[in-house]
Amino acid sequence: MLSQQDMLEAERHGRQVRSIYVYEAPVRLWHWINAAAMVVLAVTGYFIGLPPPSVPGEAVDNFLLGYIRFAHFAAGYVFAIGLLARVYWACVGNHHARQIFMLPVTNRAWWSEVLFELRWYLFLEKHPKKYVGHNPMAQLMMFFFFTLLAFGMVITGFALYSEGAGQGSWSDTLFGWVLPLLGGSMQTHSWHRLGMWIMMSFVLVHVYAAIREDIMSRQSLISTMVSGWRMFKD
Amino acid sequence: MTETFYDVLRRQGITRRSFLKFCSLTATSLGLGSAAAPRIAHALETKPRTPVLWLHGLECTCCSESFIRSAHPLTKDVVLSMLSLDYDDTLMAAAGHQAEAIIEEVKKKYKGQYIVAVEGNPPLNEDGMFCIQGGRPFIDKLKETCADAKAIISWGSCASYGCVQAAKPNPTRATPVHKVISGKPIINVPGCPPIAEVMTGVVTYMLTFDRVPELDRQGRPKMFYGQRIHDKCYRRGHFDAGQFAEAWDDEGARKGYCLYKMGCKGPTTYNACSSMRWNGGVSWPVQSGHGCIGCSEDGFWDKGSFYDRVTDIKQFGVESNADKVGGTVAAVTGAAIAAHAAVTALARARSKNETNGE
Repeated sequence: MLSQQDMLEAERHGRQVRSIYVYEAPVRLWHWINAAAMVVLAVTGYFIGLPPPSVPGEAVDNFLLGYIRFAHFAAGYVFAIGLLARVYWACVGNHHARQIFMLPVTNRAWWSEVLFELRWYLFLEKHPKKYVGHNPMAQLMMFFFFTLLAFGMVITGFALYSEGAGQGSWSDTLFGWVLPLLGGSMQTHSWHRLGMWIMMSFVLVHVYAAIREDIMSRQSLISTMVSGWRMFKD
Repeated sequence: MTETFYDVLRRQGITRRSFLKFCSLTATSLGLGSAAAPRIAHALETKPRTPVLWLHGLECTCCSESFIRSAHPLTKDVVLSMLSLDYDDTLMAAAGHQAEAIIEEVKKKYKGQYIVAVEGNPPLNEDGMFCIQGGRPFIDKLKETCADAKAIISWGSCASYGCVQAAKPNPTRATPVHKVISGKPIINVPGCPPIAEVMTGVVTYMLTFDRVPELDRQGRPKMFYGQRIHDKCYRRGHFDAGQFAEAWDDEGARKGYCLYKMGCKGPTTYNACSSMRWNGGVSWPVQSGHGCIGCSEDGFWDKGSFYDRVTDIKQFGVESNADKVGGTVAAVTGAAIAAHAAVTALARARSKNETNGE
C-alpha cells in the first residue's frame, strides 16, 4: 500500500507544492553515520583478513593491527547501535522510515511497480515515474542487500567479537551459537568477509542509482538525504 | 573386585600409619575437624576406583600415543593408581574372548558407575562393516558398552568431530560419538591428538570431583578449550604490532614474528597448546615456527588450505575464497554500472538531439 500512497501523494503534491518532506532528521543522521561506519568497517575488515606489510622496529613500539581491530570493533558498535536505533525509528517515525524493513509482498500493484522500475532500468521505458520514498525496485534491493545483510553482518560480527571477549561475555551469550552453526570460527570469518563484498557491491549500485535517478527522473535524491525534502523538477 | 585407593597405596609401600596420618592431615587442612579423619579413611578404604573402558573405533591411536606421554600427572599414576583401566585393546595384556568378557563383567558389576573413553569413531555405511572388532561392527560394541555408562569421554577429533576419516567425501560415513549415542553426558576432548595433560587432566578432574567438568556449547571442557590458541600465544605481541612472517625463510620468520599471514589457524582454534604446550611443556607448533593447523576444530580437513587465512569456502561447489567470490561480484557490479551509465548517457544524448531537432 505504501507505493500507492506514495503515488497519490506525489501526483497531488508534485503539481502543487513541488517538494515534500520525506526523510526525518534521525533517518538522515543515521544514513550518514552508517555510511561512514561502513567505510571504516570495510577498509579495516579487509586488512584484518589480509594485514598490511610488516612494520619495522620493535613490537612494543607498534600497535598497527591493534588499532585496525580497535577501529573495526568501534565502527561495528556504531553500526549495530545505529541499526537498532533505526529499527526504533521505523516504529515511531513516518511511513517512509518503515520502507526498508517491510516489503508489501501481498500487494499486486507494488509488484507491477517493481516490474516497471526493472523495465525503466533496462531502458525499456521512456519516462520514469516519481516516488516520494524509495521506488519499489530500490525498496526491494534495500531490504535484501542492506537490511537483511546488515543484520547478518551484525550477528556474525559479534559472534566473532565474542571469541576475543571470552565465554560468558554478552556477545558470547547472545551470538556465540552462530560459530558452530556456520561450521566453526574459520567459516564464520569467511562468510563475514563475503558479506562485506556483497555489501560493498550494494553500495556501488546504491550510489550509482542515486546519482542516476537524481539526473534522469527529474526529482532530488542526494540532496533529499541531506535536507529531508524531495524536490520535483517538473 | 577393583582395588580401592587404600589397596593401591598399600601396594606402593605406604604404611597404614602413614595412611592414617595423611587422612588426619587432609581433614585438618580442609577445616573439617578431627571427626572427619576416620570418614576420609573409610572412604579411601571402601570406595572402588572408577572403572574405565577404553574403546578404539576408526582411529590412528595418536590419542593413546599422546596419553601415555603425560607428565603431570604421570600416565602410570593415572592408569595404575587413580583409575581402574579395565579394558583397552591397545594397552591390555588379555586378548580374544577373555578381553571381550571384561566389558560384560564391568557392565554388570558397575552398572551406571563406569566411564567409557572412546578413541576414534564408528563408521555407519555398509552396516558398520568398515570397522569390525571381535567379529562384529564397532558401532554395536560402542552402543552396548555406552548403554550402562555414567559418562562418555570422546578422545580426539575423531570421536568428537569425525576428523580425517570423516573428511569429504567420507566414504565410510564415519560419525562422531555424540551423534550416535544419546542420553549420556559426553565430554568432547578434540585435538589430533589432544594434549597429553589435557587428557589426564580431564580424567583426574572426573575422578577427584566425581562429576563432569563444565562444558561449552560444543561439549568441550571449558578449562582447556575456553580460549583460542591466539589468545595466549606468545607471538601475539607481534600480531598486534602488525609484524608478520611473510615467507618461511624471511627476516620476520627468523625474528619469530606472527605466523598469521602464513595461514596460522590460532585465531580460529580453541585449545590449550599456547598455555600448556606439548611434551611436558618443551614446545608447541607455533614455537617450532609453523602455524597452527586448527586440528581441534570441527572438520579442519575441509576448511581450506593450512597456509592461508582468507581461505576457501566449499559451499559453492567450486572451491573459492571470500575475496575471489566477493571481489568478482564487486568487479562485475562495477562493470555493469559503468556499462549501464554509458548506455544511459547515450540514450539521453539521443533523446536530447531528438528534442532539439523538433
